[in-house]
Amino acid sequence: MQVVVDKDVCLGAGNCVRTAPDVFDQDEEGFVELLDDNPPSELDEDLLLARRLCPARAITVNEA
Amino acid sequence: MARAPVCPFSPPPALRGLQAQAPLAKVRLWDGRTAWLVTRQADQRALLGDPRISRDTERPGYPHASVAARERGTVGRTFIGMDDPEHTRLRRMVTGRFAIKRVEAQRPAIQRIVDGLIDRMLAGPKPVDLVQAFALPVPSLVICELLGVPYADHDFFQANSRVLVNRESSAEAAREANGKLLVYLDRLIAEKLADPADDLLSELATGHVKTGELSRREAAVMGVLLLLAGHETTANMIALGTLTLLEHPDQLAALRDADDPKLIAGAVEELLRYLSIIHSGLRRVALADIEIGQQTIRAGDGVVMAIDAGNRDEQAFADPERLDLQRDAGGHMAFGFGVHQCLGQPLARVELQVVYGTLYRRIPSLRLATDLEHVPFKHDGAIYGVYELPVTW
Repeated sequence: MQVVVDKDVCLGAGNCVRTAPDVFDQDEEGFVELLDDNPPSELDEDLLLARRLCPARAITVNEA
Repeated sequence: MARAPVCPFSPPPALRGLQAQAPLAKVRLWDGRTAWLVTRQADQRALLGDPRISRDTERPGYPHASVAARERGTVGRTFIGMDDPEHTRLRRMVTGRFAIKRVEAQRPAIQRIVDGLIDRMLAGPKPVDLVQAFALPVPSLVICELLGVPYADHDFFQANSRVLVNRESSAEAAREANGKLLVYLDRLIAEKLADPADDLLSELATGHVKTGELSRREAAVMGVLLLLAGHETTANMIALGTLTLLEHPDQLAALRDADDPKLIAGAVEELLRYLSIIHSGLRRVALADIEIGQQTIRAGDGVVMAIDAGNRDEQAFADPERLDLQRDAGGHMAFGFGVHQCLGQPLARVELQVVYGTLYRRIPSLRLATDLEHVPFKHDGAIYGVYELPVTW
């Protein structure tokens, strides 16, 4: 799945980093950084959970 | 609503009744107004994530939790009482110190604080009040270090914090306590401007006050929030969590023998779910008509989300009344949801992981030095917990 993040709305809660640490990281100020915009399918479940848990709705997952 | 005397860890039975029969119910508030009480987790999540829901404590329909909370929502208003874009602008100024990697880097320092307090407890007299000897000092020391507040002043700021989180405080008492904390933080920020150190208040002072983005007063209000939120919450989770574990000896034994940090991290999530110490509800006001379930919440209506009930919702968690440290409790909402979700959650998690992973291992015979019915619970608090926890070993 294709992942896109919106750093401008990110609030730094860090749920994505806890849920899928191979895909998401945080910069020095705590805002989201994408490590992998097309992660392997075994991470699909984690990605969908990260999207659901993101309080700022900063994560978009394209299920193409 | 009153908790059942036999079960001080559970939400009031009346809340559970509403969850089954009227998950969105109109209730009367302390000030005579009405608001929607939302008890199902799915509804809470939908509403907290809905941009048509406002956290602006100055809006006329905002359902304040108490007269003291109303006072704080005006004289002490900062980003947690605002909507976007102001909320995001202000909150993003302080996210850096709470980033997961930066919090993880503090883990050894937090471990030292926890070990030091346990050493002192073991060397001192017993029984001892775990709240004063351990549960309160751990997060106070940690947040002081992070913010750059001298811990030597803890009697002063803890006493004033206590007034602010007590539901029964008068408006005058709340205003006075808030005022004293503001003066204190304002002076600290002035000091940091003149002589910055490696701490959050210095970053706020030099990065945002100096540049004119933030007034000194706004910075002081933010400082009060971070100081208060930094110890009133975690301290209650430490003391109430310990009491819960002492009442569930088989679970405590499994936690004590656990070597896997993942198991300890999972136990923290389950205790957060089981206790969800914010028992006064997450409060919002509707900006537009919102249809949810079979109901319509009208624009201007107050909305109160009982997350303690939501975290015991059987539609969200199997066998929700059972404390099960092995379960996947990851979907709990103890830190809230939506744009106002707890800023300090990575820090709270590390503190609780270190505490629960250390205290019972270092004092394996830790036990209550009184009967459960004599433990003073915070029935008058906006944040649930215990005032005292006499323990021995």
